[in-house]
Amino acid sequence: HLFIHSISIFQAVLIILHLSPFGSLLFSPFSSHLSSSSPIPHRERESFDSESLLSPFPQISSSGGISAMDRSPKRRSISPDDATRFPDEVLERVLALLDSPKDRSAVSLVCRDWYSAESWSRRHVFIGNCYSVSPEIVARRFPRIRSVTLKGKPRFSDFNLVPDNWGADVHSWLLVFASEYPFLEELRLKRMRVTDESLEFLALNFPNFRALSLLSCDGFSTGGLASVATHCKNLTELDIQENGIDDFGGEWLSCFPDNFNTLEVLNFSHLNTDVNPDVLERLVSRCRSLKVLKVNRSISLDCLQRLLVSAPQLTELGAGSFSQELTPRQHADLEHAFGLCKNLSVLTGLWEATAMNLSAVYPACSRLSFLNLSYTALQSQELASLLPHCPCLRRLWVLDSVGDKGLEAVGANCPSLEEIRVFPADPFDEDMINAVTESGIVAVSQGCPKLHYILYFCRQMTNAAVATVVRNCPDFTHFRLCIMNPGQPDHTTNQPMDEAFGSVVKTCKKLQRLSVSGLLTDLTFKYIGKYAKNMETLSVAFAGSSDLGMQYVMEGCSKLRKLEIRDCPFGNAALLSGLEKYESMRSLWMSACNVTMNGCRVLAREMPRLNVEVMKEEGSDDCKADKVYVYRTVAGPRRDAPPSVLTVSSL
Amino acid sequence: MSVPLEHDYIGFSPPPAEDTSMEKTGDIKPISALTMNMKATELRLGLPGSHSPQRDDNGSPELCIALPSSKSSVSRPKRGFSFAIHGGSGNWVFSSPDTNFSSPRNNPSAVANSESVQDGGLPNQSSPAAPEKKNGQAAGPASKAQVVGWPPIRSFRKNTMASHPSPKNSDVVEGGDHHPQSGGSASSSSSVCLYVKVSMDGAPYLRKVDLKTYGGYKDLSLALENMFSCFTIGQCGSHGVGVGDGVSESRLVDILHGSEYVLTYEDKDGDWMLVGDVPWKMFIDSCTRLRIMKSSDAIGLAPRAFEKVQKQ
Repeated sequence: HLFIHSISIFQAVLIILHLSPFGSLLFSPFSSHLSSSSPIPHRERESFDSESLLSPFPQISSSGGISAMDRSPKRRSISPDDATRFPDEVLERVLALLDSPKDRSAVSLVCRDWYSAESWSRRHVFIGNCYSVSPEIVARRFPRIRSVTLKGKPRFSDFNLVPDNWGADVHSWLLVFASEYPFLEELRLKRMRVTDESLEFLALNFPNFRALSLLSCDGFSTGGLASVATHCKNLTELDIQENGIDDFGGEWLSCFPDNFNTLEVLNFSHLNTDVNPDVLERLVSRCRSLKVLKVNRSISLDCLQRLLVSAPQLTELGAGSFSQELTPRQHADLEHAFGLCKNLSVLTGLWEATAMNLSAVYPACSRLSFLNLSYTALQSQELASLLPHCPCLRRLWVLDSVGDKGLEAVGANCPSLEEIRVFPADPFDEDMINAVTESGIVAVSQGCPKLHYILYFCRQMTNAAVATVVRNCPDFTHFRLCIMNPGQPDHTTNQPMDEAFGSVVKTCKKLQRLSVSGLLTDLTFKYIGKYAKNMETLSVAFAGSSDLGMQYVMEGCSKLRKLEIRDCPFGNAALLSGLEKYESMRSLWMSACNVTMNGCRVLAREMPRLNVEVMKEEGSDDCKADKVYVYRTVAGPRRDAPPSVLTVSSL
Repeated sequence: MSVPLEHDYIGFSPPPAEDTSMEKTGDIKPISALTMNMKATELRLGLPGSHSPQRDDNGSPELCIALPSSKSSVSRPKRGFSFAIHGGSGNWVFSSPDTNFSSPRNNPSAVANSESVQDGGLPNQSSPAAPEKKNGQAAGPASKAQVVGWPPIRSFRKNTMASHPSPKNSDVVEGGDHHPQSGGSASSSSSVCLYVKVSMDGAPYLRKVDLKTYGGYKDLSLALENMFSCFTIGQCGSHGVGVGDGVSESRLVDILHGSEYVLTYEDKDGDWMLVGDVPWKMFIDSCTRLRIMKSSDAIGLAPRAFEKVQKQ
C-alpha cells in the first residue's frame, strides 16, 4: 500500500522502492527524510560507506533523477509492451559503461529498474570502512562484483596510534567472496590485516584472480607472497608496498612458474631482504607486458641496468639502491639503459642516490610526470641539476634536505607542477632545524601556479607566507601543512597560525582535504566552518582552545566525511555537537582529547546506527575515553573487537 | 644566563594551593622565581638544553610550549598565548625521557621537558626547541623523547637516513622504529652511508652530508661551500695559509670565501681537528662531525692533528 498523503513525489518513489521485492536492498542511508509511514527495519536497510553509493538527499534531487521517473505516484506495472522502457538487458549494457562511482550512485537512485540494472552491471565496489558493512550484505547488493577495494584501520594506525590487534582482518571477507564471487579478479586492501593463511586461501580459491594490491597492511610474511606467486596463474598485478611484513627472504620471487609471463605490475619496493637478481631478470624478460616495476634496495645498479635493457617499455620504475660506486663504463651503461626507456612517466626508489649516479637517469626524464626523491637526502644543488631534465613534471616528492634553495629550483624549473610533498629527512633530530622554511613553500608557489596538492613538513612557518602561497595558487584541493613542533606560533609575529589557515579556506574554494598544525585557537575552526564548504577530510593535532572549535567544524562543514583529531581540548560537548552529522560521515577519530565514557554513551544512545568504539589505554582513568572511533554502519557492532576496544552501547 | 631567562618563559603560576588558572601571558616573573622549586602549574617556555622539572604528582595541568629558534637572538618578544593557556585542560607535555609518550592526562608524572631556561643558552646557539628536545642527552639517541605518532610520518620513512657514521657492516637499530637505521639493512657494505652533521658558527641550521659521496677533500669543500655560501661573511681573495704539503691532499684552511673560516672535524676520540691533515680514507673513518668555525677559534688545533697522526 502506498500512503500518499502529502508526501512529495520523490518520497513516494522511495516508498515504492521500499515495498518492492527489492525493497530490502535500500541504498539510501541514514537519512531521516523518509516518511515515517514506511518503516524499514534497521538491518534491512543496507548501505555502505562507499562513495560509489552514498548520496544524501539534497544531491539526489539535484542530479536530475526525478525527471527520469514517471511523475505518477502509483506503481508502474512491468509490462513488456511498454514502449518507453528499455529491456533490462539493454539497460544493464548501457549502465555498464558507467565508471564513476558518483554516477553509479545517482543512477541507482532513479527508480527500481535502474537500481536493479545498476547493481547487476556493477563490477567494482569500493568500501571505505570495512566495518561499515558486512561481506554478506555486499554480496547480496551486488551479485556480480569482480573487483573489490577495502580499507580497514583508521588512518592514525599508520602512526602507531592504533593497537596491533585492532582488527580489520580480511579473512572473513574472503570466505564470503569465495562462495559469492568465485570469479573475483582484483583485490585492493589498505590498512587491513592479512595473514599468510588468507593469502593462500586467496591464491587457491579464485581461479581468475589477477590483481593484488596491499598498501599499509600487516600480518603476512613473504610466505604468503610465495603462495600467491605459486598459485595465481593469471596474475597481472602484485603490489605490496609499505606493508608491515615479516620478511623471511626473497625466495617467494622464485615461486613464479617458469612459464608464467602475465605480470604487468610488480612492486616489492619496501621488502628488506634480498631477492635473487637472476630470478628477477628472468621474470622481467619473459613478462613482455610489464609496465610497472618497483624493486627494493637489494637490487644493485648492475642488475637494474640489465632489467631496463630487457624492459624498456616500462612506464613506472622504482629503482633500487642508487648509492653504488660505478666505474665510468658502468655509469655509461646505466645511462644508456635509462635512455632506452622512452615511456617512463613515474620514477621512484633511488635510495641514497649520489649526485653522480643521479645523472644517469637524465635521459629517461623527458616525459616524467611523477618523480619521487623521498628516499634520498638530496642537496639543493643536486636537485637543481636534475630538475631541468624533467620539463613535464607534475608531481614531485622530496626530502627537506634540499632546503629552501632546492625548492627555489623547483619553482624555477617546474611550471607544470601540480603536487609537491616535502618530507623531513630527520624528523627527530633536534639539530636539523629550518631545513625548509616558509621561503621554500613560497618559492614553489611563485613558480608553479598549477599547484593544487601540498604536503609540507617544516619547522617554522608564518601566516604571511601561507597567505602568499594560496594567493599564488588558489586552486588547492589538498593542503597539508605539518609544522613539526606542536603548538608553534608564527615565528616572526608570535601570533597563532589562525590567519594562515583562514586564508587557505577563504581562498581555496575547491579545498577537499586540510591538515592543520602550529599554534591554533578556535578562530581557525571558525574560519574552517565558515568557508571550507567542500572540505571532506580534516586532520587536527594539538590545536584549538575549547569545545567551540570542533563545534564550528561540525556545524559548518557540510561535506565533511573524515575527521581525525588528536591532543585537542575538545570534550563531550564538542563530540555531541556532531550528533546530526556523523551518519553522513565515514568516521570520526578523537584521541587524547577530553571526551569521557559518558559522552560516548550519550552518543551511542542517540545514534544507534553508529558504532562508538573506545580504545582504552593501560592504567588510564576509568571515565576517560582515551581514543574514540566513531563510524556509521549497517552491520551493527563489531564481533571481532579485541578486549582493548570497547563498543559503547547506550547502557 | 639572565637575559635568555627573561625572554624565554611565559611565567610561573602561583603555587598549586592558590590558583589553578594559568598565568597570563607576557607576565614575566622575577628571575629569582626560577630558583624556586618548580611548581606544578607553572608555565614555561623551554629552550634547547634546558632540563626538565619534577612534576607534582597531583597531575596539575602544565602547558609547555617549546620555542623554535630564530635566526636572530635579538627578537625574542613575549609570546601571546593567553587563549591557549586559558582553554580547558589542554596540557601537552611534549617530551619526556621515556620513548613512549602519552598524553599527560594519562601520565601525570611524566617529566616535562623544555622547561627551565637555566642553561638554555641563546636561541641560535644550538638546536631548536622542538618538543622532542630532551634533557637526557647523555643517554644517547635511543633516549630521544618523542610524542607517539608525531610528526605523522610512516615508519618506513624514518629509516631513510643514518644518524651517524656507522661501521661497515651496519645493522644498527636503536630504540624502536622511531630511530633511523643506518644505511639500510642490505648486507652489502657499499650501501652504507656516512652521514655526518655539518655546523657552521653563526649559521642557524645544521646540514648533513654523506662523506661517502665525496671523492676527496676538494669535493667536500666544494659541496660545503655550496651549502653554506649564504652564511659566509665577506670575501677575501687570497687563498689561505698553505703550511706546506705535508701529509694531506689539500689544506682546507679557508675553503669559504677567504680566510674567515676553517673546517674542523670531531674525531672518534672527541677531539676537534683541522680537516685536511690526514689522508682522505683515514679522515672519513674517524670523522664523526664537521664544524666550520672561525679561524680565530681554530688556533691551536693544527699541532694536535700532527701529533695524533704521529702517534698512529
